[in-house]
Amino acid sequence: MKPLNRLQMAWRVGQDIEDGTVVNLGLGMPVGVSDYVPHDYDVVVQSENGIIGVGPLASANAADADLVDAGSRRVTLRAGATIIDSASSFAMIRGGHIDVTILGAFEVASNGDLANWDNRIPDKGPLVGGAMDLAASARAVWVMMEHNTRKGAPRLLERCTLPLTAVRCVKRIYTDIAVLSVTAEGFLVHEILPGISREALQTRTGAKLVFAADCGVMETPEIALPEA
Amino acid sequence: MAIEKRRATAHDAVAGIEDGSTVMLSGFAGAGFANRLVAALRDLGPRNLTLVVNSATHRLANTHELIAAGLVRRVICSAARGHDKSALSAFELLYREGKIELEVLPQGSFVESIRAAGAGIPAYFTPTGFGTELAAGKETRSFGGRDYVLEQAISGDAALIRADTADRWGNLTFRHAQMNFGPAMATASKLVVAEVRAFSDTPIPPEQVQLSGVFVDRIFVAGG
Repeated sequence: MKPLNRLQMAWRVGQDIEDGTVVNLGLGMPVGVSDYVPHDYDVVVQSENGIIGVGPLASANAADADLVDAGSRRVTLRAGATIIDSASSFAMIRGGHIDVTILGAFEVASNGDLANWDNRIPDKGPLVGGAMDLAASARAVWVMMEHNTRKGAPRLLERCTLPLTAVRCVKRIYTDIAVLSVTAEGFLVHEILPGISREALQTRTGAKLVFAADCGVMETPEIALPEA
Repeated sequence: MAIEKRRATAHDAVAGIEDGSTVMLSGFAGAGFANRLVAALRDLGPRNLTLVVNSATHRLANTHELIAAGLVRRVICSAARGHDKSALSAFELLYREGKIELEVLPQGSFVESIRAAGAGIPAYFTPTGFGTELAAGKETRSFGGRDYVLEQAISGDAALIRADTADRWGNLTFRHAQMNFGPAMATASKLVVAEVRAFSDTPIPPEQVQLSGVFVDRIFVAGG
């Protein structure tokens, strides 16, 4: 089976979002998760710029330049939404009021260290945004990323090589080939893509894996990526 | 004498901002940029400015113009990476040459430092950033078994913010996500100038005011 595409990864994460929770979705792949949360759930999507209750993207004729999320996307509001200022929004984040934040990452270490803000692009300036606040203070930090870099190097490591976002913060990791959690014993594997052996997964990972007693296969529907 | 905070032009509204000032600029993700005031500040031309702005490089903000005009010595922000992957922004061009100073803060610490200044708090501890490069050299301390970083308050000589409606007392309302950093910056700066879409001849109903006019010194009615 082919590795999951980004929409299948978003679907897989979406299955684990619980009804009634407050979630913050990072830029890139994580914002796609909200499309796969069951429609009858009341999940409050919090965005750092103070939109509390982000809905789907606005249609072209309803888009409003003042109604944007932290990714500069023109969005709609869910019923029950509120809009607050940045200081209050970060009080919500830093005060521990976010149940789950889902973040993209470059690397995660087996102790839960996260590196997701600076991949050392020459000449480009740094961009940290709210990543350090979310990683330090959300009740649960879940990471969504490809298991390996484009060159095939592992992103799950004994120790991060890139600058850290926060220490010992990641609880779960959803990759294109596995679902894992961070435990005192290191990375614990819960699901593996069909057709990938435990040995092959270990080979593609830069830290020792432990397999859960009920470790199973990752099952996702086919979801086609939109035409580029 | 009756309070009247309106100024006739954007240039009148930013008059008096001097060389070496620390200037806060609101705006995030395309909403809440006081772009007319920022353009007037560029025309006024004070030099050696320190900008306190969430992004040094947002493509929809006139911050670029202040930087490109060589008026800015230092930027305090949470984002300094241009949108364009292939071409460098005005900030990045100067940064690469070592011609502009940069202080990057996590966005929550950025706004909390501003909020703290506005509330008379000189410094505070936060877990954000502990163990990262952004906390290098900063004092740390443990409370209840958790590690925290000491962050300092950030105050401004001036703040240029964008809002929706003002009355003559300087009371403000905001449209959608326009609010972002505006209220915190208004509390933390000596001279606060608000660029607004509309002026209300009657007082804004008190319970609808989102930022008290006590924090606002001048109003420029820019329209749409």
